[in-house]
Amino acid sequence: MDLTRRKLLKMGMLSVCGTMIPLGALEIFKPEALASSLVHPYSQKKRWAFVVDTTKCVGCGMCVKTCKLENEIPFDAEVQRTWIERYVLTKKGDVLIDSPHGDRYGFTKNDPEGHDLKDEDTLKGFFVPKLCNHCEKPSCVQVCPVGATYKTDDGVVLVDRKWCIGCGYCITNCPYFARFFHPVFNTAEKCTFCYHRISKGLKSACVDACAFGVRKIGMLNDPDSEVFKIITTQRTAVLKPEFGNEPHVFYLGLDHIVR
Amino acid sequence: MDLGHVHGELWTVKTLFTYPNEYIYWTIHIVIYPFITGLVAGAFVLSSLYHVFGKDELRPVAKFSLVFSLALLFIAPTPLLFHLLQPQRAINTMLTPHFYSAIAAFNLVYLGYMAIVISEIWFAYREYIVQQSQSRTGVFKLIYSALTLGSTDISEATLKTDHKIVKILAAIGIPAACMLHGYVGFIFGSVKTVPLWKTPLMPFIFLISAVISGVSICIVTYIIGMKLSKIIVDNETVQSMCKALKWFLVVAFVLEAIDLVFHAYLAEESWDILSDVLFERFGFRMFVVQWGFGMILPLILLTIPGIKTLRAFIAGALVLMGVFMMRWDVVIGGQSMSRSLAGFLDYHMPILPTSFEAFKEGLSAVIILLSAPFVLLYLLNLLFPVFQGQRLVKREPEKS
Repeated sequence: MDLTRRKLLKMGMLSVCGTMIPLGALEIFKPEALASSLVHPYSQKKRWAFVVDTTKCVGCGMCVKTCKLENEIPFDAEVQRTWIERYVLTKKGDVLIDSPHGDRYGFTKNDPEGHDLKDEDTLKGFFVPKLCNHCEKPSCVQVCPVGATYKTDDGVVLVDRKWCIGCGYCITNCPYFARFFHPVFNTAEKCTFCYHRISKGLKSACVDACAFGVRKIGMLNDPDSEVFKIITTQRTAVLKPEFGNEPHVFYLGLDHIVR
Repeated sequence: MDLGHVHGELWTVKTLFTYPNEYIYWTIHIVIYPFITGLVAGAFVLSSLYHVFGKDELRPVAKFSLVFSLALLFIAPTPLLFHLLQPQRAINTMLTPHFYSAIAAFNLVYLGYMAIVISEIWFAYREYIVQQSQSRTGVFKLIYSALTLGSTDISEATLKTDHKIVKILAAIGIPAACMLHGYVGFIFGSVKTVPLWKTPLMPFIFLISAVISGVSICIVTYIIGMKLSKIIVDNETVQSMCKALKWFLVVAFVLEAIDLVFHAYLAEESWDILSDVLFERFGFRMFVVQWGFGMILPLILLTIPGIKTLRAFIAGALVLMGVFMMRWDVVIGGQSMSRSLAGFLDYHMPILPTSFEAFKEGLSAVIILLSAPFVLLYLLNLLFPVFQGQRLVKREPEKS
């Protein structure tokens, strides 16, 4: 056959285009692609998620205290699985933030960062409870060299205390600093959403301890859960979405000064 | 036992707003670890300059830098063991390596590189080992006989093959050395929460600073070694090492400067507090000590023509100090700005070993770790004399 370069290129292009068109058509038959426009993404996902309604938080610290007792973190140790931050915007334009002892003793005075503030000096002030965000793409799990920290099938990020080598890579790579070294076990430690409770049908200890209904936990695939209802009907936000971790603690009433 | 004591509390001082769990978790050992691996990589590259690129004037230090590189390599992982809170579980990284983590590759990179260095030393010293196994007596005869691994043929043909293999191993060793240290840079560069570390330039910055520190430690140790054994320092060798050092210094400086300029020009959210850390809190350490005394001054010293032993020694020592400072500024500086971007964490290294933790994380451990490679070099030198087989001119006795 007399095959010139021109002919070869022509035939080559034709065959490439010829295969691409029918392959592209296969996309239509993908069930996920068909379903994506009909089914709500959340209702399919068997996954734990958390909602924090910051507008209701008064900073009493009961959740922090309960968490420490429930999860056997030495009470006086300056590390917490959950903590509450106080944000105050003053008339001078200063943003004051603090969280003394993670708020396990409660905020009892109007003294953010040690400043003695009068009510008339303050523009706004609020509390933001924090905990592990149990990310969909947890950067802590990504960097664990031995696989001691992992994500369960229902989306909770846990640490295996018997396998952790204590390198601290996960702690360093958590954008929220939800991790720390356990003072007794000397391994990486973090909020587990109280996995030992939620897997038995109970609620996380902090959720039960909150008298104001700030904290809610539930399954994303349960249309009756309060978490599902809030996330699907209200305007929620997450902390530090720019890290790409897809955090699963959703906040109501978040402000741009929140870190 | 004090249950309230938290890892990190001892040396971290917080100001303004930092997260409650935030401490300096990566401390002095994470400063020493890249410093020592950097020396390994640099020393090896120097020996390869002779073996692969035929830089004949480097012949006197070729074996020395190779053996020194092994001594350093043995010590390189010990700072990590000091750093781990569960060092007895270090083996887990081999049992269940999670390869998405940069640290999991450590064993592979480290052991692979170790294999290359050990085999290169064996081939480079094979002739000597065989000779010693025949001439020595007692324990040394046993050791050398074992080291021959049963290969006692030292005919010209086999020695020629040895040289060839050394050359090949040295050539493979260069990318391996780059991997070893570029990989250390990757460990930092891939931490997405620390703005100072998060740059794709990190592996290259670490690599080039590794080379300059490795060449410098060879210059410094070579000069000291020669002076101690009262042998005349080969000026051509020193000049050649200085030349290599000079050009790598320029590249190192350019890379670090580009990194800083980009951080400043992009001025992302973190820049406000990052610039505070760099220019105020670490300003003196970074711009005066690390850049001024660690890079610019040595560069000037090395550029002025007619370089002699003393000037080379000073320049080498300054570069070493500068690179150590750079590791400090990167590791500690990166963590000294709070992830909340609203506060600072200061690191105060424990000086006195008042407790086990203060010993393990403090100055005493640093002194032990930094002097260990020299002790090991001394021991290795007993088996593999690093300056053997050269026409060395003994210093003439001074006229009285």
